[in-house]
Amino acid sequence: MKFVDEFRSSIAARRLAGEIKSVAGGTEITFMEVCGGHTIAIFKYGLRDLLPSGIRLISGPGCPVCVTNTGFIDRAAALSRLGGVTIVTFGDMIRVPGSSSSLGAEKARGADVRVVYSAMEAVAIAGENPDRKIVFLGIGFETTAPTIAATILQAELSGLSNFFVLSALKTMPNALKALVDGGDVGIQGFICPGHVSAVTGPGIYRFLVEDYGIPCVISGFEPTDLLQTILLLARQVVTGTAAVENQYTRTVKPDGNPLARKMMNAVFEPCEMEWRGLGRIPGSGLKLRDEFVRFDAHQHFDVEIEPTRDNPGCICGDVMRGARTPLECKLFKSVCTPDNPAGACMVSEEGTCATYYKYA
Amino acid sequence: MRNNGRIVLAHGGGGRLSRELIQNVMLRYFGNPILSALQDSATFNLTGNRLAFTTDSYTVKPLFFPGGDIGKLAMAGTINDLAVVGAKPLYLTCGLIIEEGFELSQLERILGSMQETALKAGVEVVAGDTKVVEKKGADQIFINTAGIGIIEEGRCLSPAGVEVGDRVIINGGLGEHEAAVISQRDGFDFETELVSDCAPLNDLIQSVLSVSRRVKWMRDPTRGGLAASLNELVEEKPFGIRIEESCIPVKDAVKGICELLGFDPLNMANEGKVVLVVAAEDTDKVLEVMQNHPLGVDSSIIGEIIPEPEGRVVLKTEVGGHRIVDMLLGEMLPRIC
Repeated sequence: MKFVDEFRSSIAARRLAGEIKSVAGGTEITFMEVCGGHTIAIFKYGLRDLLPSGIRLISGPGCPVCVTNTGFIDRAAALSRLGGVTIVTFGDMIRVPGSSSSLGAEKARGADVRVVYSAMEAVAIAGENPDRKIVFLGIGFETTAPTIAATILQAELSGLSNFFVLSALKTMPNALKALVDGGDVGIQGFICPGHVSAVTGPGIYRFLVEDYGIPCVISGFEPTDLLQTILLLARQVVTGTAAVENQYTRTVKPDGNPLARKMMNAVFEPCEMEWRGLGRIPGSGLKLRDEFVRFDAHQHFDVEIEPTRDNPGCICGDVMRGARTPLECKLFKSVCTPDNPAGACMVSEEGTCATYYKYA
Repeated sequence: MRNNGRIVLAHGGGGRLSRELIQNVMLRYFGNPILSALQDSATFNLTGNRLAFTTDSYTVKPLFFPGGDIGKLAMAGTINDLAVVGAKPLYLTCGLIIEEGFELSQLERILGSMQETALKAGVEVVAGDTKVVEKKGADQIFINTAGIGIIEEGRCLSPAGVEVGDRVIINGGLGEHEAAVISQRDGFDFETELVSDCAPLNDLIQSVLSVSRRVKWMRDPTRGGLAASLNELVEEKPFGIRIEESCIPVKDAVKGICELLGFDPLNMANEGKVVLVVAAEDTDKVLEVMQNHPLGVDSSIIGEIIPEPEGRVVLKTEVGGHRIVDMLLGEMLPRIC
């Protein structure tokens, strides 16, 4: 297939793998791929087979479902139990376990929970069901935030009074900072998320280079993209430099996507956000601005939330920070499986545990 | 017919309307001496070494999709289940559960395509049943078909015969049925030339079996796709399977949908594909027969049986890495970003 096969060429892949080997030699280097999409690609294409044994790749907190905290799921489940409320969400969320329930379990008990492929479908559902309150679960990073902002702008334009967003939207920079400040992971280079960067531009990683001296390369999602990214990172490490490089130039422009950011900033403002595994991080979330407060499900609905309970054996938090791998979790593959997940990392397609379960 | 051309509860009630539906509609499509006797059971003679007997229910949405409909699917699916165990399919039954208010013209369209598929595959529908349920008691129409076939003397397909070095062959591209159906679902407006691969495979399979006695195992990789079928074969076996991504046929239109939604063609449903394990020495002639059949033009050797790792399916990726191919757990869900 045009524009896909070229990036999966085995000749190009072998050449890049050869270059990585000659640059890195036997040096022990640890890189983190922040984005869950990268984790999948690395496993799906078997890229670890092509890398020298000294290069270690660890998975970071870039799966939007996985970093969503249990309290958020509990709140969504509580809302779904209210009469006249329809929960609309992206697919993976319905299986994420809350403290005592999940959206899937509520759906089976009769709650109206619908899965959509595009955020805009939620607005259409609100238009078609004026007698119901439609709550869209706003999860994701800078990638999805503009599309969710667009739903709110659209709902306002259409004069809808029954459309709400329950935002758990997150932004990358402060989470990366918290990760590095945690200090227990020893990251020597970041494989930076491609689609977040397509919106933000490469500027958001500058502090990692300037304040922490950690090389950053924005990467695409095809196998040769990732191999080239690893090559660029290895070169920086070996030569002792630190810079933000953009491997994914066909999608990530120097200024990102100003229009998307404009929409995002028009509707949302930064707030403190709780991340599963990383805790509460100031300025790492997005909440609705005051002028859009009537669309804010957090404000509109007054529901009682059960006390949050996580499975005590679950090490999703450490996995998300890259401090431990799923193989070090005693629940992995025994108690926790994709059809009976104990933690969110096992639920999402992009979750580190699900990826290890599926491919490793 | 009365009732504004719609199915009403009385069509399933056992009275005059039921009788009319059978005589004026069903027999028009499925009339044959065994069925037309309209007895409580079909009666017929069967001679053969061994019989194959199967049943399957069909609930596809939308009912009509590019390349087929629920009727074609209900015939082809059961025919293929018989064919892949090495049987020659002979007689099928047809059970319909219809939602009150369903349009008669749609029903006839479905029956017409069942008739066409039966004719093509050389099978007969010899017994049937119709139930009509209240509005919302079913989603438009559900079809169950059961089928019976005979297995020729001396033919034995069994995973016990599978050994290291055997080759894995498939008769064409993966995922076309699922991709075609998904492209028509609510929420998507894909413009695509994709058509479902839905087809009865008994003729193709008979041609293969007529040239080789060393076909050891066959499966039609429907729901769960090739990944599920191959995993079922290796489960708890002292061998594994290695397949090569670069040899597995996948049409560009299917790849496109997979790229957009984050699906894997290995997990996608097929309705006109058969995967075979064949002794290495027979591979060439089997492949030749398959490629000369209209339903096997894109046939390809996609892998082989390997000693290690036992019980696992391994994929050699396009770029030269390796990964485990597991069964899909639950439904494929589209990824978020």
